[in-house]
Amino acid sequence: MLFNEPNPLETRILTRRFHLPDSASIDTYLANGGYQAFLKAAQMAPEKIVEEVKVSNLRGRGGAGFPTGLKWSFVPRTSPKPKYLICNADESEPGTCKDRLLMENDPHQLIEGLMIGGLAVDGHKAYIYIRGEYRYLVEKMDKAIADAYARGWLGKNIQGTGFDFDCYTHTGAGAYECGEETALLDSIEGKRGIPRMKPPFPAVAGAWASPTLLNNVETFSAVPNIIRDGGAAFAALGTPKNGGTRLLCLSGHVNKPGVYEIPLGYPMLEFIEKFGGGMRGGKRLKAVIPGGSSCPVLAADECDIAMDYDTLAKAGSMLGSGGMVVMDEDTCMVKAMVRIMRFYAHESCGWCIPCREGTTWLRKSLQRVHDGGGVARDIDMIDDLAKNMLGRTFCALGDAAAMPTISFVKKFRSEFEAHLDGKPCPYEHSSEAVLV
Amino acid sequence: MTFSPALETRFEKLLTIYPPGRQRSAVVPMLLYAQDEIGSITRELVEEVAKRCGVEPLQVDEVIGYYSMLHRKPMGKYHVQVCTNISCLLVGGEQLYEHAKKKLGIGNKEVTPDGLFSLEEVECMGACSWAPAVEINYDFHHFVTPEKLDQLLEDLRKVR
Repeated sequence: MLFNEPNPLETRILTRRFHLPDSASIDTYLANGGYQAFLKAAQMAPEKIVEEVKVSNLRGRGGAGFPTGLKWSFVPRTSPKPKYLICNADESEPGTCKDRLLMENDPHQLIEGLMIGGLAVDGHKAYIYIRGEYRYLVEKMDKAIADAYARGWLGKNIQGTGFDFDCYTHTGAGAYECGEETALLDSIEGKRGIPRMKPPFPAVAGAWASPTLLNNVETFSAVPNIIRDGGAAFAALGTPKNGGTRLLCLSGHVNKPGVYEIPLGYPMLEFIEKFGGGMRGGKRLKAVIPGGSSCPVLAADECDIAMDYDTLAKAGSMLGSGGMVVMDEDTCMVKAMVRIMRFYAHESCGWCIPCREGTTWLRKSLQRVHDGGGVARDIDMIDDLAKNMLGRTFCALGDAAAMPTISFVKKFRSEFEAHLDGKPCPYEHSSEAVLV
Repeated sequence: MTFSPALETRFEKLLTIYPPGRQRSAVVPMLLYAQDEIGSITRELVEEVAKRCGVEPLQVDEVIGYYSMLHRKPMGKYHVQVCTNISCLLVGGEQLYEHAKKKLGIGNKEVTPDGLFSLEEVECMGACSWAPAVEINYDFHHFVTPEKLDQLLEDLRKVR
């Protein structure tokens, strides 16, 4: 099911089957080129599969944007240990809601991507780690997996290729931190989701101390398309070093929020205009969080920018997980930051002190400033505290909380100042009027 | 302790999918699936899960506080989860949560006296482009207005 109208301007690669009746069924998948990329890959040398993914310039769609082919090449294929595949379907970065659609509308594409990953690294078991709130997707993936077994696309000697492959679902139970890959590994081992010291990286010692290939739902779902049409064709869709398309999740103050598939490098303002239908109520744009709440915010005058990993990185932000949050002129940036920090304080696993204490103190300080209890030096203290968290934690959650804070303070300092010394929030009236 | 035949089948399979000797992996899924059937995580359940997965009860206990969906106290028959994170906040999620509190007469993680509803202010649940979003048990509701929420609650009250 789709929850928003598709847009005719989309470049449909991963979503190409979404509009078909019963798009999630194995019959629809097989009738529309499904599992053919696996058969093609089964004829290829494993190194050639990895090479094709490298050529595609596919980068991790979970947030970090690491080159996927390179990640695949780190898994020691010849290791005597079993190699596992894990799909990160713990989608929980605020602003992000795309993996849901990929699992709901084309689950077999994901399974096929995992199978091709299995061929590449000599892995024969895949686990799809689905966040607990997505229970209906556990059922849908289980159904797709059962159908694939029944039709000989999973199990022993798949379609006479001699390749064995099993696929399972595993449910989380509510923890943002488990989207971090090493915390996810602890979680799938039945423990609290605490990040691990790296190295060793999961490619070498991941799940159950074995080499593990771990990618996001959208990353694995791109793979059958890359093998089918060739890495070069996928790369050509995007910009140099930023191959292919991505599912951008547009939310906030636009007329037509929704998830749309666009090539990497698509201009941000044009995206808001042509896909989002422009700003709601004809308001002016104030700021955009480009790729989920961890990403540094862009002020309106920075938004004339191409949306790919490198261009956004150069502008001091990130494409992250593709969760693009648009804020209009009536948005209180302090309030937005308070809410974001409440999230990180709630989700910090507590393992690293700079993150555990830092997020809690930032939450308290930001809330105090918003409520009018702040004094001038609080703003610098907030900035300083956030900067002291950067790079001082095992995983990226500490950075994810610090980076937006630093950018909000830097770019919207006057709004923080407007809240100081007992002054009421200047936006309180306008924000209350906003109800869909 | 025994569960419904469907859940027993699920558990049986769950214990076979992880590598040999790694049955501890089944702890979290087992707790969540069982909680959905019996309402909360009881002492008896902790011990049962520990026994089936071959771990100490303490190893089961220690994950319960970590995962926000696991509850030691029963929630309502319908657990109403309102998201107020950034995407929902921008389009009225906070007002929606305030409305739900008033409507149900309860606060965060509380249960109505008849046990029918419980309420929770939750973090992002992956419905950002269709905000504000509410999840009741495992059913997603998108573009929810206070009126739409009233209707949803009313319909559930009729079903009971």
